[in-house]
Amino acid sequence: MGSTNSTLSKIPNVEELMQETGFTPAHIVRLYDRFEALDKEKTGHLRPQDFGAINRLAMNPIGDRIIGAFFSPGQETVDFHSFVRILAHFRPADKKRPKDPSMPEPVNSRTSKLKYPPLVFSLISVAFQLYDQDKDGKISRAELLQVLRSMLEMQVTEEQLESIADRTIQEADLDKDDAISFEEFRKSLEKVNIDHKMSIRFLR
Amino acid sequence: MSVRVALHSPTGSRSFLERGLLLLVMLIFLEGTVLTLGAASSPDISAQDNTGGGHDRRDDHRGIAGSHEQTNYTYTKKAFPVLSLDYHHIQVPFEISLWVLLASLMKLGFHLIPRLSGIVPESCLLIVVGLLVGGLIKLAGEEVPPVLDSNLFFLCLLPPIILDAGYFLPIRPFMENIGTILMFAVVGTLWNAFFVGGLLYAVCQIEGTYLSQVELLPCLLFGSIISAVDPVAVLAVFEEIHINELLHILVFGESLLNDAVTVVLYHLFEEYSGAGEVTPMDVVLGVICFLIVSLGGIAVGAIYGILAAFTSRFTSHTRVIEPLFVFVYSYMAYLSAEMFHLSGIMALIACGAVMRPYVEANISHKSHTTVKYFLKMWSSVSETLIFIFLGVATVAGPHAWNWTFVSVTVILCLVSRVIGVVGLTFIINKFRIVKLTTKDQFIVAYGGLRGAIAFSLGYLLNKDHFPMRTMFLTAIITEIFFTVFVQGMTIKPLVDLLAVKKKQEAKRSINEEIHTQFLDHLLTGIEDICGHYGHHHWKDKLNRFNKKYIKKCLIAGERYKEPQLIAFYHKMEFKQAIELVESGGGVKLPSAMPSQVSMQNIQPKKLPPAVAERALPQFTKGREEEIRKILRSNLQKTRQRLRSYNRHTLVADPFEDGWNDFLLKKQRMIELEKKMTEMSNYLTVPAAPPDSPTMCRARLASGDDFKAEKAGAKVIPDPNAFYNIKASSEGVPTIQVDLASPQSPDSVNMLNEFSKRGAKDQGLGQREVATRDEDQGLMMKPSSAGKEEKGEEEGGNKNPGLMRCLSDPGPSNEDEEDEPFLP
Repeated sequence: MGSTNSTLSKIPNVEELMQETGFTPAHIVRLYDRFEALDKEKTGHLRPQDFGAINRLAMNPIGDRIIGAFFSPGQETVDFHSFVRILAHFRPADKKRPKDPSMPEPVNSRTSKLKYPPLVFSLISVAFQLYDQDKDGKISRAELLQVLRSMLEMQVTEEQLESIADRTIQEADLDKDDAISFEEFRKSLEKVNIDHKMSIRFLR
Repeated sequence: MSVRVALHSPTGSRSFLERGLLLLVMLIFLEGTVLTLGAASSPDISAQDNTGGGHDRRDDHRGIAGSHEQTNYTYTKKAFPVLSLDYHHIQVPFEISLWVLLASLMKLGFHLIPRLSGIVPESCLLIVVGLLVGGLIKLAGEEVPPVLDSNLFFLCLLPPIILDAGYFLPIRPFMENIGTILMFAVVGTLWNAFFVGGLLYAVCQIEGTYLSQVELLPCLLFGSIISAVDPVAVLAVFEEIHINELLHILVFGESLLNDAVTVVLYHLFEEYSGAGEVTPMDVVLGVICFLIVSLGGIAVGAIYGILAAFTSRFTSHTRVIEPLFVFVYSYMAYLSAEMFHLSGIMALIACGAVMRPYVEANISHKSHTTVKYFLKMWSSVSETLIFIFLGVATVAGPHAWNWTFVSVTVILCLVSRVIGVVGLTFIINKFRIVKLTTKDQFIVAYGGLRGAIAFSLGYLLNKDHFPMRTMFLTAIITEIFFTVFVQGMTIKPLVDLLAVKKKQEAKRSINEEIHTQFLDHLLTGIEDICGHYGHHHWKDKLNRFNKKYIKKCLIAGERYKEPQLIAFYHKMEFKQAIELVESGGGVKLPSAMPSQVSMQNIQPKKLPPAVAERALPQFTKGREEEIRKILRSNLQKTRQRLRSYNRHTLVADPFEDGWNDFLLKKQRMIELEKKMTEMSNYLTVPAAPPDSPTMCRARLASGDDFKAEKAGAKVIPDPNAFYNIKASSEGVPTIQVDLASPQSPDSVNMLNEFSKRGAKDQGLGQREVATRDEDQGLMMKPSSAGKEEKGEEEGGNKNPGLMRCLSDPGPSNEDEEDEPFLP
């Protein structure tokens, strides 16, 4: 506990951060250690290269997108607070954590500063943002193709990719605008029950 | 909906009655055969007990006959026996076949009476049938054959069921909940065994129960036998209540994995109940033994699974025996595990789960279907037999009824199950992301059914070591009956009452597949960023390893490179192509359908646009024959298309999807078809007309009775009349259907169908939905589904013949399928 406290004291505004993200002190300390390990030059900020140094992330087909999600447009670095806030999206939905009604003001006001303004703490929206690189609120065919291409690792022909993309859009596209909106995206994943199944255990 | 019901009911009640009668007749007939069989067989059974004697006797008999013949030969020439009876010659296989026949007919019968099977689970009905059969045999004054022999059960009846379960085990939910399942399976079973065994011993020591001679170790042994949840019983009941995936996998997974615990406890207690002393050392040995039994079982299964996968790599030239490898390797895994007293069930599960992805990539589509069919068939027959035998064994067995022992057992089982589940859930919930609610706990506790495994284990006990064996068996049977009847029958209403979440229709869309993979990658990435080596991290590592090395070794040719997504996509498109072809639309005018075009991009071979040109050429007589054959097989195929998963029917695919946009396309197709038929009759082949699948099935199933019944019940023209396909215009090579010609019943039918379509639509739809509901018994299905399908069939079948003939929708579209199924 002693070390926990000492680490916590190094982080500015730690109380606020914890309240906002719902992380426990142990989580924060753990993330802080990780942050420092990644931050090789001890600048207090992470740059894309720092993320790129994670070996396994480089192997991840959508690694670039994930890294990109940590940086607001036009910003080259990310500090610890933003880092933690973004990771907070991947916490499992937790009933015990005070929901928006109980503390609507602080959450909303602060999250509005974050990258995703109408933020619901949900993995779905994060995933959608990762697809939607041009941020027009829709996954277009080109965007889908890009993702498919990186995930399938060049093992298929362009033709196949295109037909898969067509099929995918055709299937999910309810309003026939040849793109997948967030609503359509959410609908197509309804049965997967993402919020329950897919969250990272230790971040609870 | 209400209209449909109202229309349906008059015919429904009538057919119900008739079916009941039919069933009764069948039952009586069967009882009769079994009875005579029992009478005939019983002396032989006693003779078989001392096999040597039996053989001698038979040899003597032959010897006598021979000498007799010889002596006769000299005097008068006896007439050569034109017909002779030698029942003994065929007795064993004949009786086995009779039992299997009985089981299958019973199953058939229950599905003819949907109302009965709606209330009572099939397992209960089967046990009752078993009781009846046993009772009749006994009434005839014969000895009831010891049908549920432990060897028979463990070596023949159990493996198919477990293999079916293992091969089709939903890996993802299983692995996601593996912690919880293991907790219930290991700790829960241990707790149950010791709680029940210990308290039972305590009760036995109370004065006045006359059970004071029962010792502690036999009690614990009994506890360990009775405490294991039975996979067969669980499957039978849970399949029918359509519970949600989580609960299903929890209870079912527990029933599978607790086998190792049961095996170890059983052998431990059996061993020590002779010796009497248990030292701490023995406990340690027990724990080690448990690890060996479970992990060893898994290892044996995995080895055989990999061998099977590797073998299937080389079968591309002998497709016919492909399915056999799956069965034989799995069975070998089971036997090998049993040989070392490892957990055979775990070996089978591991074997099935390990081999499946690779085998499926290697074997042909047809072989895959065969594997599916055989697994379903075997497991379903075994399960039926097990329940029937359970009933028969109840009648047969010597019973020692002891009120105290039996009632205490039943109560303790319930109590310990509830305490165990609630206690364990309390611990588990601290680690789970999705907490188990009180309702979930209730269902898990209540779904802990006991079954034939417990009985067989009890049956195995040695009478000399366990004087209480008979009493144990009676108590076990009572507990099985209690759980299967009381809990099994009430669980369905309770699930409804508690509004427990039901299973969703498992249709996977390509969107889901893509996004799930995307999310997996995303979470792996985030875990890496956090430096946390969790669930996703290891899964990703395993996937990479699998892709890099294992797939290369185990999957033949270039397919190993095929990413999962592509494989999935192919499967899906393939499925859809079959549907399109079956319904007769789509192929003719590819331009009308965007996705059709896109599909051809991937597999240009699949449905060549050239079909349209090929439609015109003339047919020879031989070709006509062929067409008819193909048509027939296609009709069957349509019949088999099922819409929801049931273990006893073939899986409708979980990948069956795109239903809605498919329908839209269909609509377009129908319109086009109409135009085409109007302007060009030459395209119409005199075909077996569209016929609702259920009718075909009914006709095949029970011939004339049904025909008569249907004809009576029907307002619309009897579709049976057009079933007989006749060559319409003989000698004429070109098939031209003269719409006016009275000789061609089929073409008249075509007309009929156009003119009466309005009227028929309704009637047929009604019937179809109704019959379908009946046939599928408990399947949950929105009423609209049936209608949709009907609409599609009606529409699609306007001109089905040609398309069906020309493009065999069989799996021949896949590359490796080009050679015929039979070499």
